[in-house]
Amino acid sequence: MKRYFQRKLLIYILTFFLAVTIDWLIPRFMPGDPVQTMLSRAQLRAEAAEVMYGYYTRAFGLDVPVWQQYLNFWNALLHGDLGTSVYLFPQRVADVLRRAVPYDLFLLLPSILLSWWVGNKFGAFAARHKWLDNTVLPVGYILTATPYMWLGILLAWLFGIVLGIFPIAGAYSFAMRPHLSLVFVADVLKHWFLPFCSLFLVFVGGWAIGMRNMIIYELEADYSHYLEALGAPRRLIRAYAFRNAILPQITGLALQLGVIVAGALVTEVVFSYPGIGYLLLAAIQNQDYFLIQGCFLFIISGVLLANFAIDIAYVIVDPRTRLGMTGEST
Amino acid sequence: MKFERVLVRELFQGLLNILKKEECTMKRVWSTTVVLLMALSLVLAACAPAATPTPQIVEVPKVETKIVEVPKVETRIVEVTPVPPPSPVTYERNETIYVSGAAWGPPNDWNPFITWSKANTTGTIGFVYETLFAFDPLTGKLTPWLAESGAWADANTYNLKLRRGITWSDGKPMTAADVVFTFDLAKKYAAIWYSPTWVYLVSATASGDYDVQFKFNQPLYQEWDNNLYNIAIVPQHLWKDRTEEDITSGANPNPVGSGAYLYETHSEDRNVWVRNENWWGIPVFGKPAPKRIVDIRFSSNNVALGAVIKGDVDLSNNFLPGIATLSEKGYVKTYFAQAPYMLSANTAVLFLNTTKKPLDDAKFRRALAFAIDVPSIVNVAYAQLVKAASPTGLLPSLSQFDDPDVLARLGYKFDTARARQLLAEAGYRDVNNDTFVEAPDGSKIALEVTCPFGWTDWMEAIAIIAKSAQAAGINIKAVTPDYGAWNTALTTGTFDMTLNNWAGMSNTPWTLYNLLFRHPIQEIMGSGNFGRYDNKQVFDLVDGLAKVPVTDVAGMKAACKAIQEAMLTDMPMIPLWYNGLWAQYSDAVWTNWPTEEPGTPKTLPSTWSGYWQMGGLLTLINLKLAE
Repeated sequence: MKRYFQRKLLIYILTFFLAVTIDWLIPRFMPGDPVQTMLSRAQLRAEAAEVMYGYYTRAFGLDVPVWQQYLNFWNALLHGDLGTSVYLFPQRVADVLRRAVPYDLFLLLPSILLSWWVGNKFGAFAARHKWLDNTVLPVGYILTATPYMWLGILLAWLFGIVLGIFPIAGAYSFAMRPHLSLVFVADVLKHWFLPFCSLFLVFVGGWAIGMRNMIIYELEADYSHYLEALGAPRRLIRAYAFRNAILPQITGLALQLGVIVAGALVTEVVFSYPGIGYLLLAAIQNQDYFLIQGCFLFIISGVLLANFAIDIAYVIVDPRTRLGMTGEST
Repeated sequence: MKFERVLVRELFQGLLNILKKEECTMKRVWSTTVVLLMALSLVLAACAPAATPTPQIVEVPKVETKIVEVPKVETRIVEVTPVPPPSPVTYERNETIYVSGAAWGPPNDWNPFITWSKANTTGTIGFVYETLFAFDPLTGKLTPWLAESGAWADANTYNLKLRRGITWSDGKPMTAADVVFTFDLAKKYAAIWYSPTWVYLVSATASGDYDVQFKFNQPLYQEWDNNLYNIAIVPQHLWKDRTEEDITSGANPNPVGSGAYLYETHSEDRNVWVRNENWWGIPVFGKPAPKRIVDIRFSSNNVALGAVIKGDVDLSNNFLPGIATLSEKGYVKTYFAQAPYMLSANTAVLFLNTTKKPLDDAKFRRALAFAIDVPSIVNVAYAQLVKAASPTGLLPSLSQFDDPDVLARLGYKFDTARARQLLAEAGYRDVNNDTFVEAPDGSKIALEVTCPFGWTDWMEAIAIIAKSAQAAGINIKAVTPDYGAWNTALTTGTFDMTLNNWAGMSNTPWTLYNLLFRHPIQEIMGSGNFGRYDNKQVFDLVDGLAKVPVTDVAGMKAACKAIQEAMLTDMPMIPLWYNGLWAQYSDAVWTNWPTEEPGTPKTLPSTWSGYWQMGGLLTLINLKLAE
């Protein structure tokens, strides 16, 4: 057990190191100069522009050789310093992220977990129910193939503009200040609902299809037939099939996380939801090295942490893993 | 037989019981997980808003309950010590104006000296910090704002009188010392945008509490007027002890200014400003109608459009394609009821890189000017939301400086046949029959026209430019790099031809010519003359224009005529159309918006940074609540 986690941890640390290095490298390969981009917005007179260019290049630490920038970056990162945003100068990247990330978690966690749970349950239920199978399958395929953005725009148009039930922008009403009251919480949930829905619907289709297929496969397995032969109730057989079918779905969740996060970022832009989606887009367009790094750092750590959690969950859910590990250690 | 059956059943029942037990535990695990998930999401639901930047999460004083529009269901609000001034948690619709279209990112600073990010906190200059004068681009007049009056005593002395009775929002009076301090900052710190003023400004001295005297050496009169309505005066008592870094790049949260609105709060996608009930300008200009301004940043056009249609936004300054249809159907109001619907805000100029072949040939450049299908850009790319530009590039508000004689002789308009003829005359012929002309020396021509990716209107425009130029036989391709890459190509001069519109409404034609003919030519041209057009004679003409006193209109016209003559002969860049002062507004809550119709205000309906002192604030003052 210990060895298993040690090895996993080592892999995760290595992955983190590599991912962060790539995260540092890629923005610097982009053509263009962030300080120049920032200053060009000011449309300064030539004399002032030259002085300020030098000043800000130094301020952002871009005047030293690249290898040194890289070392400085790790040094700062290990001290918890993500630098100053160029695009949102003079805000610190850590502050910018601290304000945006809660919205991402608020949107991502419920939509990923709920869609996974609902999708699996529903897929399992639908399998081998002729009528459901014939409807769920095509709907699931359509949903899972829908681009998040398109579904988002459709939902915003239908529920936001045509029916006018839900707001189409922001995390809470533009007429409110955050405060603790039922009205405010209700308002937050109301703003959260459509972006959540567009993520939830797309995810749920994929999980439902996956589960349906797995259940059918498991129902054909020997142990199912044996149970059937023993005269066990249908419900029971399905429950066992579900337990086995869920395992690939858990692995699937780990694999899908990166894609899911990317989809969420797009959805945030569509609903003007103040998470890191729009920030990342703007940061890339403005070559804000530090903000790009910060956003990706959040994504990288999030995906790795989630994968780690799934690894642990796997050990709990699948007894064979435990068995394998004990067998290994002895 | 029967017994056997019973036995098997007994056995199986036992097995089933064991299995069922296990099934139960499984179920429990699952339901616990679900409960946990739900609890987690609820906790998140409660926490997320609290994590937003707005510092005062629960500053709800008792007195508030009257103002707060809270349904009866729930009024229990956590109480903390009241913080003055009391600010409600829910804004009344009939006291609040919702605007959008200025900000392109989360609010980052309230420092009037960081000019490039002011869009995100539009109003830092205009609401909080004010300028000495205001400028009306529609009439071309400077009106005293913080200043009571200002005049040139002689060629090198400008006397300024400050209004009496102006106070900062912390209660301290504004005096001449504050004005002198603001100008002296730029003398000390080169990183402040108006520091080049000190090249010709010799001294700023206060005499008494309300008089400031500026001494010059060969003043640039045109630029000086521009400064008067762009430099925001800051309170000396709060800024004098700050470090250089803090002044030039500090965030300056909770700004203390003299203006009509005060900072109230902000979050990632909004800025909230509240009316300054003690504003000195109320008896002079009137009281701005909305008590509160909520400036919203939408992350995409479709959201902005939706909000406008729903009436969630009263004034939108986003560029929204298709607004013409909405305007005609009465969903929104625009300044003009017919095309071009919008006032013209700046000129879209096609800069040509004069250091590259064949763009170094003036004859080729002139032929190109005739080849570009501006009518299609206006009618197709913009659906008539813009106007074709005068060949001089000067905005309609400065059209008095267009020289009719020069325009008649050297003006250009879309004419493919004429473009072909000019090309042929200059020796550009299609030698290899690929439908595109080759240079006189036989070399192939392949040019790129660029604009940043995502600027959809410009992307369509450059596609039309490329297409119409190809029709005239010039091989041009439209390319859309990222903003950063585009910007670098622009400033380092590696582009072929690109669009730029960095000279907006102004008091003087010099602003445009300063962009077009910026000199000297340097390695990085960050703010003008991107095509590196090098012509000492024109540079001298532009410098000469800068030194013409603003009262000498004839002198300005003469200088402009000479510049236009040179510009249209040499064609180092091609002015194409006027970008609009995008503005669509709703009558639902606020009325008396500026329009061309008689009886309505003639001020700029804009929330863009730098436009508050050009009539934007007056627009708010003129608003009335709809019945």
